[in-house]
Amino acid sequence: MSSWFQKFSTISAYLLGIVWVLPLLYAFWAAFHPPEFATQFSLTAPLTLQNFESAWDQAPFFRYMLNTVVITTLILVSQLFLCTLAGYALAREKFAGRGFAFALVLTQLMVMPEVLIVENYQTLAGLDLVDTYLGVGLPYLASAFGIFLLRQTFKTVPQELEDAARVEGLSGLGIIWKVFVPLAAPTYLAFSLVSVSYHWNNFLWPLVVTNTEASRPLTVGMAIFGAPESGVDWSVISAGTLIAIGPLLILFLIFQRRFIQSFMHAGIK
Amino acid sequence: MINRLNLKAWLLLLPALSLLIAFTHWPTLKSFWRSFTWARSDVAPSQFVGLDNYRIMLDDPVFWKVIENNFWYALGTVPTSIGLAIMMALWVNSKIRCTSLLRLAFFTPTILPMITVANIWLFFYSPNIGLFNQLLGLVGIAGPNWLGDPDLALSSLMVMTIWKEAGFFMIFYLAALQTLSPELFDAAKLEGANAWRIFRKITFPLLMPTTLFVLINALLNAFKLVDHLFILTKGGPNNASNLLLYYIYETAFSFLDSYYAATLTVVMLLTLALIALVQILVIDRRIHYR
Amino acid sequence: MKTLTKCLTTVGVVSILGFSSAASAGTDLTMYYPVAVGGSLTKIVDGIVDKFEAQNPDINVNAIYAGNYNDARVKALAALKSGEPAQLSVLFSIDIHELRNLEAIVAFDDIVSTDAEREWLNSFYPALMENGKADGKTWGVPFQRSTIVMYYNKDMFRAAGLDPEKPPTTWEEFTSMGKKLVKKDNNGNVQQWGAMIPSTGYPYWMFGALTKQNSEVLMNQAGTETYFDKPGVIDALEYWQDLGNKHGVMPKGMIEWGTLRQNFLDQKTAIMWHSTGNLTTVKNKASFDFGVAKLPGNKELGSPTGGGNFYIFKKSSPEEKQAALKLVKFMTSPEQAAHWSKSTGYMGVGPGAYETETLKAYLKTFPPAAVARDQLTHATAELSTHDAGRVRKFLDDAIQSALTSQETAKKALTDAQKQAKSILRRYK
Repeated sequence: MSSWFQKFSTISAYLLGIVWVLPLLYAFWAAFHPPEFATQFSLTAPLTLQNFESAWDQAPFFRYMLNTVVITTLILVSQLFLCTLAGYALAREKFAGRGFAFALVLTQLMVMPEVLIVENYQTLAGLDLVDTYLGVGLPYLASAFGIFLLRQTFKTVPQELEDAARVEGLSGLGIIWKVFVPLAAPTYLAFSLVSVSYHWNNFLWPLVVTNTEASRPLTVGMAIFGAPESGVDWSVISAGTLIAIGPLLILFLIFQRRFIQSFMHAGIK
Repeated sequence: MINRLNLKAWLLLLPALSLLIAFTHWPTLKSFWRSFTWARSDVAPSQFVGLDNYRIMLDDPVFWKVIENNFWYALGTVPTSIGLAIMMALWVNSKIRCTSLLRLAFFTPTILPMITVANIWLFFYSPNIGLFNQLLGLVGIAGPNWLGDPDLALSSLMVMTIWKEAGFFMIFYLAALQTLSPELFDAAKLEGANAWRIFRKITFPLLMPTTLFVLINALLNAFKLVDHLFILTKGGPNNASNLLLYYIYETAFSFLDSYYAATLTVVMLLTLALIALVQILVIDRRIHYR
Repeated sequence: MKTLTKCLTTVGVVSILGFSSAASAGTDLTMYYPVAVGGSLTKIVDGIVDKFEAQNPDINVNAIYAGNYNDARVKALAALKSGEPAQLSVLFSIDIHELRNLEAIVAFDDIVSTDAEREWLNSFYPALMENGKADGKTWGVPFQRSTIVMYYNKDMFRAAGLDPEKPPTTWEEFTSMGKKLVKKDNNGNVQQWGAMIPSTGYPYWMFGALTKQNSEVLMNQAGTETYFDKPGVIDALEYWQDLGNKHGVMPKGMIEWGTLRQNFLDQKTAIMWHSTGNLTTVKNKASFDFGVAKLPGNKELGSPTGGGNFYIFKKSSPEEKQAALKLVKFMTSPEQAAHWSKSTGYMGVGPGAYETETLKAYLKTFPPAAVARDQLTHATAELSTHDAGRVRKFLDDAIQSALTSQETAKKALTDAQKQAKSILRRYK
């Protein structure tokens, strides 16, 4: 193999890698330097934490973060529970209308709730759930993707295991809980990570359905905080961005191998 | 007995399925219904107007513009993201140094919220003071007005979308690559095949199922990923970078016209249905959900 | 249909452990407010509200920052439909027709009872009331109000051999001085622009200034007619085009509303037109000597007013309305208006504010703070019609297509007029 090609390829890989983290690098630059250096780069620029102070002052990040955590948790817990039941039914039970039920589930893989913001918003308003955690979470409490993944996993569990559990006197939910859930642990982890990173970053639906700090998650809070209309101040926005992504970023750096492997697992069908 | 089994299965399905129906299937039907009605304002009763909304839509230049934009947006982002994703996966899977750092770099955009990084991209794209034009200025080129030029605005959005997506898709390819047996490649090398030939004749065909899966995901994203528009262009200048979902949002929540928004939603749903059809007819023949 | 959805959702929700946000504080008043310029304005609002609460322990105010003007309107309207409605809000002054069509607001004339209150209602600058009146009644009371002013870099004026105390007052001067202020490097690339007028965000607003300077208005008071295709209006857009394309004073194409302030602070442009609401931020951050002046005129001087008014919502009890009125009166009182103006750059909404010690002292040390007010005598109403969002977008799109040379000014504005006309026909 020609070595110049190899070299060229390697250099391109590193270059692309740098380009890919450039936004993050810039966020660090702008956040830790005075505003005069937000658009100018100089090695002698002094360091400061002032931007973090301003950002923290200007938006209730703590509340936003709390909201995001609650919403993400609410969604995740509900998804894990509901998708387990539905996934088990679709994988292991034989019943009239199974194909139809599965088709209904698959539809949601294509038609995500964000496409239906107009009608879903009307529904939420009718239920008086606008600007509540439950309102933000509701359209996502059941996940077609989760049902689908768990169905695939549950299908691979040998029938003998299920029969043995039955002989031991377990029934119904007991079997699901004692036999199926432990065996599907990697799938649960993978799905959880996908779900958390999706809902941590979700924007359009929360934007539509939240009104106040009572339920506004980080993404919407950041959009309002950094709205270009109010005159862009990149130093403070970058500081805010780092505050907002900090927790997820740190978790990611610590667990990155696991994280990526889990994503890979979710991708394997 | 059969009845009892049926009942149990349906009971297990009930909570999940009722939620899915309440927020996917039912609103889909309601969108269709609403698209045939209109009211003067939110407080006035709505009335059946037949195809009026559709007639207005066909006469609406912005509608045609967003459809055209969405087409180019899909065409511009999907193949490039996939191509880059494959390249990234090959690099990360190869024997060059620091692959874990590289993997980390490529994957980072996936965990960053689009809406917050959009502000940073706004700095990159800003004329006069932005990073890209500062860099171009170093070599004596007066950079363009990336987001302000109607010919460039949409492409600039595409670049950010590709940046956001490629690393995510890379993961799927990485997973697929790791299932391929090394012997295949050793054999090919023994026969003296070069890198490009190995990729074209062995790797790429073997990655086909992944590519098709990623393709569908990328296509869906091309229709639902509009977060960055809120910060970068708001669909401007003169709708040059407006996309269907953003226009739906604008219509429903700026113009407060949920009826026309529903009409646009129907077009969106039909598009997604078309993608689904392609998936069923073409892709499911190759990958079996078992 | 709604019932079925309710049933489906209930089944889903009941089957899991549903819990709702328990934020049911015993607030008496909820108000939404937007911020379209400046940085930490939210803190200043909170500060004023705190003072009000200290004086009125029986009234509890929950002030909610809701983003830009459009967000604030959507959120306030959404709240009206929900269980925790707002009783008053600061919303775009030009939302008046739409809020009335939605039967969301009440006229202040119907709430004020005493002569003192009626007098208060007459204590604002008449120009600021133009966007607040319809059908002979007052629906919006001015609060965070602005005009467009011209910020200019005096250092650059000096460097270009211009008198820093004599900024341009006519279009001709604006063009000729602008040309002198442009600086290019050896390759012919522009290092410093003469002027920038933002064309994203609120292009119709900037355009309102140019048209007023050409002695034209964009719509009638009732908001049922627009005049986008009048020769004077077309002429104004052509002048805007020429500044970039012909005279090279401004960059060609779009200029970002949000990043413009940074461009000015980074000394990439000698002049910018922007909301007076940016004044305090510019004052705090500019590393150079800058001035503020009225916009230049052509046939006359002119700028639209802009910004947010207080509205009181219909869907509130008589006691809540009175409490809301009390809050509005407090926040627009001379002392608070003066404090607000000094902290932000927005103008004091009535002559009273400028007679307070706060503003008198401030104007002495910082005369630019008076420019927005002085310009009020030349001000006109901001574009405000029925179906305002759509009509505004027609004009915005027309302006942008002309500035990016996709269309001629004439064609773009004639088309926009046609579209606006067909929409507004319903409201006559």
